[in-house]
Amino acid sequence: MRDLKASLLELVRLAATDLPPDVEKALREAREREAPGSAAAGALDSILENAALARANSTPICQDTGTPIFYIRHPEGWSTRKLREQIREAVAEATERSYLRPNAVDALTGKNSGNNLGDEAFPTIHFEEIEGSTLIVDLILKGGGCENVGAQYSLPNAALGAGRDLEGVRKVVLDAVHKAQGQGCAPGILGVAIGGDRGSSYYASKEALFRKMEEANPDSQLAALETRLADESNRLGIGPMGFGGATTVLGVKMTNMHRLPASYFVSVSYMCWAHRRRRMTVRGDHVMYE
Amino acid sequence: MRDLTLPLSPDMIRELKVGDPVGLSGVMLTGRDTAHKWMVETFIKKARAPQGDDLAVYEAIKPLLEGGAIYHCGPVVAGLDTRQYRFVAAGPTTSTREEPYQGEVMRHFGVRAVIGKGGMGPKTLTACQDVPGVYLHAIGGAASLIAQTVEAVVGVYKLDFGVPEALWVIRVRDFPAVVTMDAHGGSLHAKIEAKSKAVLEKLLAA
Repeated sequence: MRDLKASLLELVRLAATDLPPDVEKALREAREREAPGSAAAGALDSILENAALARANSTPICQDTGTPIFYIRHPEGWSTRKLREQIREAVAEATERSYLRPNAVDALTGKNSGNNLGDEAFPTIHFEEIEGSTLIVDLILKGGGCENVGAQYSLPNAALGAGRDLEGVRKVVLDAVHKAQGQGCAPGILGVAIGGDRGSSYYASKEALFRKMEEANPDSQLAALETRLADESNRLGIGPMGFGGATTVLGVKMTNMHRLPASYFVSVSYMCWAHRRRRMTVRGDHVMYE
Repeated sequence: MRDLTLPLSPDMIRELKVGDPVGLSGVMLTGRDTAHKWMVETFIKKARAPQGDDLAVYEAIKPLLEGGAIYHCGPVVAGLDTRQYRFVAAGPTTSTREEPYQGEVMRHFGVRAVIGKGGMGPKTLTACQDVPGVYLHAIGGAASLIAQTVEAVVGVYKLDFGVPEALWVIRVRDFPAVVTMDAHGGSLHAKIEAKSKAVLEKLLAA
């Protein structure tokens, strides 16, 4: 098996320093919607200026480079143990080079490991074997500020008048956006999972964030709800940074899964505007990034 | 844009109103979760006895905080091996986690500017009126841009807290922020929260 450490390091560098074009485009469009001279417009100007600067200098877009979460789809025969080792080496090297901030803190002692290597879950690595001969590595850097405003609801929710249907889902997601205010670094992107158990539901809500901004949901009901939720979230008027304004979320990405008869979970993962996700594809000797 | 030079006088603070953009220059201190808990437990509530270099650090940061600014920031720092420190990325972290501590820290040390993102609650707003002080909102995530306003890392305390949690002494020039909580009881965050709540209630009833 080939050593992918250098390629993985490049993946981390891209994720931390080079905002994906579809996210930047959504931010530019949001800038056009804000009143000239407003605090919201000023915030988006700074955000866009920062994205250009980070890309040009290979410095982190945001100092909170978050939890590195890897989703790996590999062909038969790849050693997940060796891939894990290479990922961990790449993450430590990226920290050494200041692409990542040392973020792994022992929950008992409070000690920061200094190199972003913690236990098995830090960095987080998910493996899945797939058919064919292509290796796909998706990486998202999920910052703490936005992770802290994520929310999970168990329906029905009497306080919000939310039943076990898509109308109930709509209500709890709007509640989550309201509770987040500007604290998750609005304008954010929402990953929403319906169903599952508490663990699988949160996991799926993060996976949903890998869909491109312009990519509509293949399910027409969910596609309609995504559009409606984006529109209604923006009507809340929280705006960029919570300064007030036209854009509170850049987009909503939903997914659904099977659930137990007794459970109806809705999980909301809030991703900040600095939506740092990148993909690396390995085919034979070719390594591609998007 | 209003230019502010540290340290800040009560008169300068009282002139500031919610919505004012400011450019801050001078020497200030970073401090976030661990630092605030440490300051309150060790020196304000005195629930734990000072250990190691606690007292020396306390004496060193007192003059920096008197009339000064504390920045909720966990930076990316280059030069850790050579101690030629340089801020590479240095945007604000979410301030609300310091709400249980911030008012007491402002009163104890005479801090006049709290810098962060996301705003703070009623305890800090009351302290802003009493001290007097302001909350300055920096642009969350604009870390490379903000790092360019950090001219020098003057020093660091409590590096054993970890790089993000250490108390970094930095000299900034034209650090950009917006006043979102002022010394007159004004809070943009309280206003936006209430307005968006009214819209939410309509959407939930629909």
